Amino acid sequence: MLLTACFVALLALAAVGATMRAARAVFLGSAAAMAGLALVAAVALAAPGPAAVAALALGPPWASSLVAVDALSAWFLLILAVVAVPSCLFAAASPPPPRAEVAGLPAFLAGMALTLVAADGFTLILGFELMSLASWGLIATRHPTGEGRRAARIYLAFAAFSGLALIGAFALMAPAGLGFAAIRTAPPEGWLAGAVLVLILLGAGSKAGLAPFHVWLPLAHPAAATPVSALMSGAMVKVALYVMLRVLLDLTGPGQPAWWGLPLIALGAGTALLGALRANLEGDIKAILACSTLENVGLIVVAIGLTLVFRGSDVLPLAAVALGAALLHALNHGAFKALLFLSAGAVYSQAGSRDPDRLGGLIHRMPWVAGCAILGALSAAALPPLSGFASEWLLLQGLIQAFRVSDMSVQLIAAAALAVVGMAIGLGAAAMVRLVGLVFLGRPRTPRSAGATDAVGLMRAALLLPAAITLLLGPLAAAMLAVAGGPIRQLLGAQALVPRAGLGFAIGEAGSRYMALGATVLLALAVVGLVLAVRRRSSLAPRRAPLWDCGFMPAPAHLPFGDPASQVSAAGLGQPIRRSLGGLALAMHERHVSQPPGSAAAATLRTEGRDRGFTQLLYPLARVRRALARQAEMLRGLTLRLYVSLAFGTLVFLLALIALLERA
Amino acid sequence: MIAVLGSFVTQVLHVALMLAAAPALVGVVRWLKARLMGRRGPHPLQPWRDILKLLHKRPVLAESASIVSRVAPYVALGATLCAAVLVPSFAFGMLLAPMADLLLIGGFLALARVALALNGHDAGSPFGGMGAAREMTFAVFAEPALLVCVMVFAVLIGNTNLQAIGFGFTDGPVGLRVSLLFAALALMAVALAENARLPVDNPTTHLELTMVHEAMLLEASGRHLAVWEMQAALKLLVWFGLLAALFLPFGAAPPGGSPLAWILGAFAWLMKMGVLALTLAVFESAIAKMRVFRVPEFLGGGLILALLAAALIFVSTGLA
Repeated sequence: MLLTACFVALLALAAVGATMRAARAVFLGSAAAMAGLALVAAVALAAPGPAAVAALALGPPWASSLVAVDALSAWFLLILAVVAVPSCLFAAASPPPPRAEVAGLPAFLAGMALTLVAADGFTLILGFELMSLASWGLIATRHPTGEGRRAARIYLAFAAFSGLALIGAFALMAPAGLGFAAIRTAPPEGWLAGAVLVLILLGAGSKAGLAPFHVWLPLAHPAAATPVSALMSGAMVKVALYVMLRVLLDLTGPGQPAWWGLPLIALGAGTALLGALRANLEGDIKAILACSTLENVGLIVVAIGLTLVFRGSDVLPLAAVALGAALLHALNHGAFKALLFLSAGAVYSQAGSRDPDRLGGLIHRMPWVAGCAILGALSAAALPPLSGFASEWLLLQGLIQAFRVSDMSVQLIAAAALAVVGMAIGLGAAAMVRLVGLVFLGRPRTPRSAGATDAVGLMRAALLLPAAITLLLGPLAAAMLAVAGGPIRQLLGAQALVPRAGLGFAIGEAGSRYMALGATVLLALAVVGLVLAVRRRSSLAPRRAPLWDCGFMPAPAHLPFGDPASQVSAAGLGQPIRRSLGGLALAMHERHVSQPPGSAAAATLRTEGRDRGFTQLLYPLARVRRALARQAEMLRGLTLRLYVSLAFGTLVFLLALIALLERA
Repeated sequence: MIAVLGSFVTQVLHVALMLAAAPALVGVVRWLKARLMGRRGPHPLQPWRDILKLLHKRPVLAESASIVSRVAPYVALGATLCAAVLVPSFAFGMLLAPMADLLLIGGFLALARVALALNGHDAGSPFGGMGAAREMTFAVFAEPALLVCVMVFAVLIGNTNLQAIGFGFTDGPVGLRVSLLFAALALMAVALAENARLPVDNPTTHLELTMVHEAMLLEASGRHLAVWEMQAALKLLVWFGLLAALFLPFGAAPPGGSPLAWILGAFAWLMKMGVLALTLAVFESAIAKMRVFRVPEFLGGGLILALLAAALIFVSTGLA
């Protein structure tokens, strides 16, 4: 009932946004509708048992659309709400955008929610396409021309590709009907199941940003308005992962083989490494965050792959560990990524730039935003006792415990994936330190950033909400895992045990433990005890003095914050990682021009990196298309006789095809 | 009740021992290195004296420094202390032993590292940022090596808890294995990088271009510098303790042991620390510092060794 009300409200708000000028009211209404959806999700997660399937009065000609809020849908609805409510509040606090954007945001939200609650293939694809089109529109209206338009075009092409692949996957699963219940009664087998796996990896994978179909994500996510970026990074990729979980773990049945997980582990680990690496090389704060989304998507996909491997090898307790890691990390990432994107948006609106080389020292001018961003960054860097560490602990334990699968190839792949994931986590931490260090710490690099003002009012509230959620999700990780027990039991069977003991995570009866609350208390005690002990012996108040600038000339009087050139730049901070690992993710070109002796002109070093997804996937594809087009052009020069025989040949071929199909 | 009290007393004594021994360990390593080079060297307790002296000095903060410079030292030392609380020294069966998960200890050390790197960025001095970038880059290579070593222990013992690993070695039929040797070498490479020792970083240099760890502390002074010095010393002790607990878990008192067993365990622990300190001093005296861009190769070698250890163990357990 509330579900219907929320949907109607969202669609009505979209219509209102398209016709009227009440942007603020539309955004606040969307926030309220999403909070209502969170309530629906909470009720569904609290009530065990199968969900009621409701038939809508609309749908395709052959059947009506079905919706249901089961445990898995409810968990992802909760993630959607965690991202959407603060994003809508932030949108309401920003200056009113163009009318198309006001209408697009509720439509985008409705599309994501419809995908999550769909109980048949048609409705799911309808919601998925609504989500893709609305988000494309939100980017395209903002950028009528230029780089942003190019990003929107690439995004649209990938969205169409993923939609096609998903339609193909559901068509293969649909012999008994498109309803989820019908698909479950006759799951695909043999090569059909393999084809479904490939199509889902192409369709949902490219929407989630899985390598090698990731190139659109670091372009499209930063191009949108801040709340839309937060929604795309925090929620939209989760919707794609939901489709992956729904099809691979639920609809295709429990009988699929263990090797199904291996491509997911390989692609996920590769994506995580690539995303974390690029996050260290980008020079735009929103692009850094988008690349960090790639990393986290990769980690979640590794966890989904592990779940498939463990389920196929009949190691259900470990399958529950891996699935718990995937679900929990999806939630934690939603919270801290929304927090980080909204902080970046606040920096952009208050300090006027997204280029770290034009920011710096904002912690002095924007303490609230800086505090929120540092909290999000520490959580994203997987540091205890924050939320990111809790879910990545579960993922690492899942990888470590993979030795219990007696197949040696699985063991070796798990060890390699563990090394790659560990490297990705280290790179993710380095990227977050770089982001915070460049934007919030140090000295201002431009007068504009020296005069920035803090976020106030509704904008501050929009930051504090996800900050509070991130802060709570860390110590209360075990409680959230208990809530995730619903979807875990739904996907792995009622006998699956949630890897939890008391207030902590537990792998097996006497296995490894992580007590998040205990770690929090221990750290708090240690820090408070140290502060008290040190301050008892040392009570002198600190004195301020000029910075030791390592022997550079003193800055002139017109630079009151010191010479910006004597501070590390974004490229300089990324340099050690670019030199040691950069070639893995980017095709690098360095051009070094040195001047002859005696010349006073500056030597230059120009470095350019291009994503290997472009150089090794898109450019060759474009070349193939061009070659094919050239071949097709040759048809224009044929003689009349050849044209007639071409038409005749086509006719004969089609008749033969019909005859063949009639016989079969 | 008695058992809980005993474990509590063990835990408190352990924390006190770790805090007291950390600067002394740094002093001993410095003294040993000086002797190996033919100098008399400062007294082994000199680091303790330095820390106490620094505590009485007024801290001087850069004009561009923020609250991060004032909070980061305590967070870093607090996180390192949490790791120290969990790594056993003279006795098993401490109160918090069930929490002593290797991944959590790694996480606490990572938190201390990030606090240090943010401190390096805070004042906005060129070398602080450079040191922070290098420190985080080294961690990119050190973390996977550590994780794969943890996996090796998990395969051998079935657990990632430090106490369970110690028990597994002292009771179980694990024996000597080639993979353990590889894992030990990999962990030692990680330990050298994490503690900013030669050949990764030179702990005695104050030449800016070669610094990593010290570059991040250029602006620290007074009690903040004292806390950072203590943190570095405690981190070295934690890594020594970790290596001892993983590869030499012999001689520690069992849970619920008598005070006599504790004293014997403390002697065994002191012996192990002494051996490790001598090894470090000899190694550092014999080797030169590496170029910064050779360090990823050095740590990558550690990662390869760890992966080899894991592969060997899969092969051997698969055949058995």
